Amino acid sequence: MSATHQDNDFLFKYIFSTDHKMIAKQFFLTGSIMGLIGMLMSTIFRLQLGYPGESFAFLEPILGSWAPDGVLTPDKYLALVTLHGTIMVFFLLTAGLSGTFSNLLIPLQLGARDMASGFMNMLSYWFFFLSSCVMIASIFVEGGPASGGWTIYPPLSALPEAIPGSGMGMTLWIISMALFIVSSLLGSLNYIVTVFNLRTKGMTMTRMPLTIWAFLITAVLGVLSFPVLFSAVLLLFFDRSFGTSFYLSDIYIAGQALEVDGGSPVLYEHLFWFLGHPEVYIILLPALGITSEVIATNSRKPIFGYRAMIGSILAIAFISFLVWGHHMFVTGMNPFLGAVFTFTTLLVAIPSAVKVFNYLTTLWKGNIKFTPAMLFAIGLVSTFITGGLTGIILGDSALDINVHDTYFVVGHFHIVMGLSGTFGMISGIYHWFPKMFGRMMDKNLGFLHFWTTIVAAYGVFFPMHFLGLAGVPRRYYANTEFPMFNEMYDINELITVFAIIAAVGQIFFIFNIFYSMFKGPKAPQNPWRSTTLEWTTPVEHLHGNWPGELPEVYRWAYDYSKVDENGDFVGGDDFTPQTVPLREGEEDLSH
Amino acid sequence: MAGHSPTIDSKKLWGGGFSPFNVSYGKIMMWFFLVSDAFSFSALLISYGFMRHHFEDSWPVAEEVFTHFPFLHGDHPLLYVALMTFILIMSSVTMVLAVEAGHRMDKKGVVKWMAWTIVGGLVFVGSQAWEWYHFIHGTELGALQLADGTVVQWLSDAKNAFVYPNGIEVTGADAAAMIQSGTEVYGANLTVNEYGLPTFGDFFFFITGFHGTHVFSGVVLNFVIFVNVLKGTYEKRGHYEMVEKVGLYWHFVDLVWVFVFTFFYLI
Repeated sequence: MSATHQDNDFLFKYIFSTDHKMIAKQFFLTGSIMGLIGMLMSTIFRLQLGYPGESFAFLEPILGSWAPDGVLTPDKYLALVTLHGTIMVFFLLTAGLSGTFSNLLIPLQLGARDMASGFMNMLSYWFFFLSSCVMIASIFVEGGPASGGWTIYPPLSALPEAIPGSGMGMTLWIISMALFIVSSLLGSLNYIVTVFNLRTKGMTMTRMPLTIWAFLITAVLGVLSFPVLFSAVLLLFFDRSFGTSFYLSDIYIAGQALEVDGGSPVLYEHLFWFLGHPEVYIILLPALGITSEVIATNSRKPIFGYRAMIGSILAIAFISFLVWGHHMFVTGMNPFLGAVFTFTTLLVAIPSAVKVFNYLTTLWKGNIKFTPAMLFAIGLVSTFITGGLTGIILGDSALDINVHDTYFVVGHFHIVMGLSGTFGMISGIYHWFPKMFGRMMDKNLGFLHFWTTIVAAYGVFFPMHFLGLAGVPRRYYANTEFPMFNEMYDINELITVFAIIAAVGQIFFIFNIFYSMFKGPKAPQNPWRSTTLEWTTPVEHLHGNWPGELPEVYRWAYDYSKVDENGDFVGGDDFTPQTVPLREGEEDLSH
Repeated sequence: MAGHSPTIDSKKLWGGGFSPFNVSYGKIMMWFFLVSDAFSFSALLISYGFMRHHFEDSWPVAEEVFTHFPFLHGDHPLLYVALMTFILIMSSVTMVLAVEAGHRMDKKGVVKWMAWTIVGGLVFVGSQAWEWYHFIHGTELGALQLADGTVVQWLSDAKNAFVYPNGIEVTGADAAAMIQSGTEVYGANLTVNEYGLPTFGDFFFFITGFHGTHVFSGVVLNFVIFVNVLKGTYEKRGHYEMVEKVGLYWHFVDLVWVFVFTFFYLI
């Protein structure tokens, strides 16, 4: 690397930075803004679902032609649902979550000066930024953004003339995702080689904090699954623009048969869900990694079953490539094949349960510090259990068919993936904010934020299971035409009220972040009394992380409350940082 | 990026005990990229298999489609594509020799073998263009697309009888009426294919095109590295690892072709 730019050069310090800590903040900011947009979209379409057809005068000046007379149009309802899904899944919980914490923590917790390739890391961010801009720009084009659902199934996505959102908006969606995949690939390759090659002396694979294990496997999942989506959308692009028919066959528009013939939309579903299911774990694993770290630190106990945790991460990652068919039970799949996918899907329950029990046993008899980060981590354990249980129902082909494409599914994946992912991310922000910005966040605002969020979140997604069991289909603009759903109005209204509360509750968080960034108390060296390496770096960031030599590691990351034969804390404190050499007669707990 | 912080150079980046695979990060990165790319190709080839299985009865037979050989008349099924494949595999061999010469720090050897690799790559890309041209151009006889969209082959030059892909022959007055309402098609593009299903053409163009793009970018990468070798960049650096890295990519592209060749032409 050339030493041509000074640190005080604004452009290269804040914009085209190759420093992983700055890139982490850039990902955090961009991802969060996207997440905020996604959340606001959900509030708007929830208004329509809770109060179908009612006029909200304030919507008209905000949405213009999307909501004439204050009523959201059906087209734009679908557009909002589609973009909400896309933004939340990819932009907030994939790039926002992994981009922020993999970038921040991989070099810091491993004792590396920076990522293997700072330049590729910077490119990764800028591709993500461009991708975000294209996705946002798609809102403003003629016909509106993509409206065929975040899974962009053909034919709605493959025929530009199918619905208004199938035109320019859909094209921009594909371009945005292509850029996103490039960003993800550049980032993931960097994370993987950094973990393999740049660990400091003594940092063996089994001394790494579980966060790093989670980020590593997440990156591998990304490298293996996104290229398949890339191929899938490339084929889709050809169908749209060059008259091929990979996904199209026997299509009639206005009674007129189209020329396209010979393709299969089910082929697209296979390709999409081959990405789509690992994607769930691309979101979950980093959140679970963060939780492992936060729960161990704040229980002042070593994580229970460190090796089992690594094993379950690997098992989840492996199985996640074998279960995509459980999204497709109603495509006319051979029942035997359905049974195979049911089997592999239910297998995921085993490593997931291992993780949950390890969290619970780590908490058990711990000296628990209820920091906001800890509350959100425990919240994740709760949502992971709740959502996981309904997952067993949906993973079974015989049961799934009854609730397929109903609000039961919406409730399930929002709890198990949406809430768990977001809770993990928020927990990480509360925990590592002092490392990112050198200042502490306000605790009380954090508590307020947690309690509003968890109550409102369960208030939104739990009743959806009842809607789903009653058969209310997802993605419908309104259910007013179906008398059998009349008694569901109240539930829908309740959900909408909670959705608004949840959205308003995030104001505490946003205020807390910006206030603390500038006015918060200065962070001490090691605010959570944690063992890991990132807390040995100076509070004021410097490029290269450690001013002198890199630290050497002598023990695993979970030496909390370690006692000697007399029952006293080893070293006189309830934690021993990884940089402290083993004392005489002390046992090394890593393997 | 200097300022008050120490300048980082790649040699000092590794501060750990031992490097797990004992290879540079760049090479690991290349390996993981190739795995990723392999998944892209797998997705396409599996899609191809999915559709081909779906239309098992009517899928065109490659030996009947690719029968041309430059400057030769008559039927030479798969002869030219076999030659192309041979040339591409030979370019992999020359790449190996270039890498080997790099290990010996033999600049002349690297230059020689990389040059041959680039030539091999260019010949392959050119040959593919030629294959495409003939596939698009089609046969002199052409084929008949019936009113319902099915493509059927003429039974003779007289063009008064035809045969369905499943072997059913139609002659006489039946044929005359159907020929009347059908259209003659020549060659293949993304929507029509005189050899049968348009899906065959779609996948042929897409997959060989995707692969060809890879070969072409491989040639460009090889050329960039070749220029650096000529300038003595790696001689000064003390190792020819960049040659090895583009070598990995080149072998990968060749390996993918072996699969494309197998699935499209042989099976």
